[in-house]
Amino acid sequence: MSNATTSVPSGLDAGGLDQLSPDVRSYWQMVGFRLRHDPVTLFFGAVILFVILAAIFAPLIAPKDPTLTSMIDRLKPIGYKDYLLGTDELGRDMTSRLIWGARSSLLMGLMPVVFALLIGGALGVIAGYVGGKTNMVIMRIMDVFYAFPSILLAVAISGAMGGGMLNGLISLTIVFIPPMCRIAETATTQVRGLDFVEAARATGGGTGSIIVTHILGNVLAPVFVYASGMVSVSILLASGLSFLGLGVAPPTPDWGLMLSTLRQAIYMNPIVCALPGVAILITSLSFNMVSDGLRQAMDVKL
Amino acid sequence: MLNYILRRVAYAIPISLGVTIFCFALVYLAPGDPLTRLLPDDATAETIALIKAAYGFDKPIPIQYLNWLGRALTGDLGQSIQTNRAVADEVLIALGNTIIISTAAVILAFTLAFVMGTVAAYYNGGVADRVATSVSVLGVSIPNYWFGIVLIIIFAVNLRWLPATGMGPGGSEGFSIWEWSSVKFAILPVLTMAMVPIGIIMRSTRSAVSEVLSQDFVQTLRAKGMGEAAVLRHAVRNALPGVLAVMGLQFGYLMGGSILIETIFTWPGTGSLLNQAILNRDIPVLQGTILVLALIFVMTNLAVDILQTAVDPRIKRG
Amino acid sequence: MVTKEKSADTKARAPSVEVVPPGDPRDRGGPAQPMFMVRDLKKHFPVRGGALNRTVAKVLAVDGVSFEVVKGETLGIVGESGCGKSTLARLLMHLIDITDGELIFDGEEVGVRNGIAMRDFRKAAQMVFQDSYSSLNPRLPVEDSIAYGPRVHGMSKKEAKNLARELLGKVGLRPEVFGPRYPHELSGGQKQRVNIARALAMSPRLVILDEAVSALDKSVEAQVLNLLRHLKRHFNLTYVFISHDLNVVQYISDRVLVMYLGEVVEIGPVDEIYAKPKHPYTRALLKSRLSMDPDERMDEAPITGDPPNPINPPSGCRFHTRCQFAETLCKTVAPKLPEGARPSDHVTACHMYNQTAGHSLFGKVPPAFETPVAEPASSARVAAKA
Ligand code: SF4
Repeated sequence: MSNATTSVPSGLDAGGLDQLSPDVRSYWQMVGFRLRHDPVTLFFGAVILFVILAAIFAPLIAPKDPTLTSMIDRLKPIGYKDYLLGTDELGRDMTSRLIWGARSSLLMGLMPVVFALLIGGALGVIAGYVGGKTNMVIMRIMDVFYAFPSILLAVAISGAMGGGMLNGLISLTIVFIPPMCRIAETATTQVRGLDFVEAARATGGGTGSIIVTHILGNVLAPVFVYASGMVSVSILLASGLSFLGLGVAPPTPDWGLMLSTLRQAIYMNPIVCALPGVAILITSLSFNMVSDGLRQAMDVKL
Repeated sequence: MLNYILRRVAYAIPISLGVTIFCFALVYLAPGDPLTRLLPDDATAETIALIKAAYGFDKPIPIQYLNWLGRALTGDLGQSIQTNRAVADEVLIALGNTIIISTAAVILAFTLAFVMGTVAAYYNGGVADRVATSVSVLGVSIPNYWFGIVLIIIFAVNLRWLPATGMGPGGSEGFSIWEWSSVKFAILPVLTMAMVPIGIIMRSTRSAVSEVLSQDFVQTLRAKGMGEAAVLRHAVRNALPGVLAVMGLQFGYLMGGSILIETIFTWPGTGSLLNQAILNRDIPVLQGTILVLALIFVMTNLAVDILQTAVDPRIKRG
Repeated sequence: MVTKEKSADTKARAPSVEVVPPGDPRDRGGPAQPMFMVRDLKKHFPVRGGALNRTVAKVLAVDGVSFEVVKGETLGIVGESGCGKSTLARLLMHLIDITDGELIFDGEEVGVRNGIAMRDFRKAAQMVFQDSYSSLNPRLPVEDSIAYGPRVHGMSKKEAKNLARELLGKVGLRPEVFGPRYPHELSGGQKQRVNIARALAMSPRLVILDEAVSALDKSVEAQVLNLLRHLKRHFNLTYVFISHDLNVVQYISDRVLVMYLGEVVEIGPVDEIYAKPKHPYTRALLKSRLSMDPDERMDEAPITGDPPNPINPPSGCRFHTRCQFAETLCKTVAPKLPEGARPSDHVTACHMYNQTAGHSLFGKVPPAFETPVAEPASSARVAAKA
């Protein structure tokens, strides 16, 4: 999804390689080197790290119990008493709920992408490497899933299976498998035709060994970049599902769900109602920016 | 080229069949006996028997599928559990409402994005470029339903300029795109909907225009004294077909992905229909709506592909 | 395993082609058994098209090719690009499936159930690829690329690495310096040396070199060619050397095979082919080589027209569309290489050299060149200086 064009970090073309210290030479070392010198990506990476830490240490950081309701302190504004960010429609502490909400948002943002990366990536590499009929069958099935806009596909599967986090996970994973598969297939097909793969076959390497030693390393970069861009999409879709009541079940704090339940209160306390959206926006924006940075850093032709 | 078009059409057929299989399977994804998913809770024994026979639940699944497909092809998508009306009728009415806002959103997004993208490409690296780039990143990072809520807060709650939800007093029948009293209901949904395609169309405009501008012959034209306006016109004309194709694809996405926005604004389109179906676990409506939306998506992509080939036959595709 | 034969540094190109490598334990068939026999080899690629993506035609990339590779020799294969040389190389290596024909490696057939085990064949025959950009895995240090083959065949990690380093030394790259490097840190010539080392890591008997020096600068090319000749003696190898560069082929080969549109048009000892080419195509090729030299540049193009499309090759003799001696006969009857020819024979598939075919120019074929081609190839000159 993310293709924003910011200027490429200062020229590290092939000619500049010689100036690098001798230990920076493998592809991944190059990528790391470029990332370390890209302040924008580093900044948004830090934001993500911050969100991740908040999610992990939520029980320690959150000032209150996120599920503790209070009939008197409902929909209080920012800074009311010791409610730093106000309270929601049941008088629960927004700060705590937002911190706890990072958990399910991150989980639903990362897990489907990881699973889809594994499943779709594997299918794509197999389809690309084996080719022929196998390729046709796998890719045609993927094409069918491509016939659905992603949110529609997620809603269709979740809607039919019913709500809940697991079903949401499954449906989002299914949403991301086809694009991962396609990326992996394209990359594999390209690599498969290169001479070094033929050379490996000529030395008697088996399919599995060639895929592991020679294909994966070369397919990983494009697939990984693509997957990193999908995290933000996954976060948005997952929060959308929760918003529709198809994701995490109440009273679990979840940003999408919070937006949904707070929607009735926009006339009374609009700012507080908008807060979970800000959290989603910041997280998804950060993942998008980091993904962009990764893509640029990995765009080294070696 | 004709060969390509034929092959492209031939290729859309198995995809569409796959889509029908998927939609058919939705009933089986749902927990519990598929039969109960298709029946209202208060169904009489008579209706149960009728539905059972009609759907052929006693027959093997492939036969069931073929029966279902046959009925779907003749426009019979079953009955809503909630309203007892024909699903096809409900989908048709809702579809019209969704088309209204997605068309408007795509036109709006295209107009804004094309201008901004061109300016960004022309002032490559300048302030305008950075603004445009940021807007497009925001466009794909923002939860658009939340953006809708923010718009409601600003324009309906605080400023009270526009209505927050609904389609106006007349509903679907009373809606007219020529009357302000109707149109004002569509403004916020359209604005919200346009947010994502704005970013995407802008990005493709920017890259297409700057690609043309960076080509050698543009420098030659400039050197020969061609005015900047003429250079830009030339670049825009070259970039347009590709961007229009992106716009076409985005239209398909909007049509199929309207559920969140329509839910926010209670706009009675296919998205709201889906949301209702989910809330009521009305599987026939869910199934029918998704089938129609997915087929529309397939057709839009097909049409865009063919048009693009017709406009620019140089594009050679597999 | 490998006989370390440090013979005097005489020219390896023997006038006689019956060079028999001295006792090699891997030799099964004995000296008289050709290293590789290719019989009526065919490869047809389907061309898909139309609305249903059916097979509408086939490319006859390699169409009925037969020849032998004698033990210890270097067989050069020349032809224009697109004549099927590279496909032939991959067929010989069994990297792509053959459409028809037989491959017999030292007496055992390749790719059939009772023939040589694929595992053994993969060790005995190796290939060096042309493109130095894609021939090495960009994500692996080059020593790992070299060690991959032996690892696949069960060598321990450490052993394989030692072997890789030893071979790096053999191809003239300092092991400690170049072993841990990645391909993008190497020059074209260095990469090609690594490619050679990778092939040698399997201790092969036959090495197929597909345009192995074509991408290199002239000076580097000469170095690599000399290295190849040295390694051939050192490791007791047999080469099939595929190239479009006639000079290089002349320099390194004992015998030469000329291909045109998927077929063999002429084959014979290198000196004979270069001095007295028979087939009009070979003559044209050699003429065009001379024309590269500015002093002898000719006005008329040596071969007129583009090579015909291998999807629909011309009937009869495939060269008749460009041949100045073509007669009606040539358009209908396909000329064949004479049967039963020995490897040392110089034979061609052209009606002008077949008494029974009935070509009017039989026996009165005009001499190929006014002056005999005695001039040594340019790379040979460079090499001699090196
Ligand atoms: S057979 Fe005829 S056409 Fe072919 S090369 Fe000989 S003379 Fe020319």
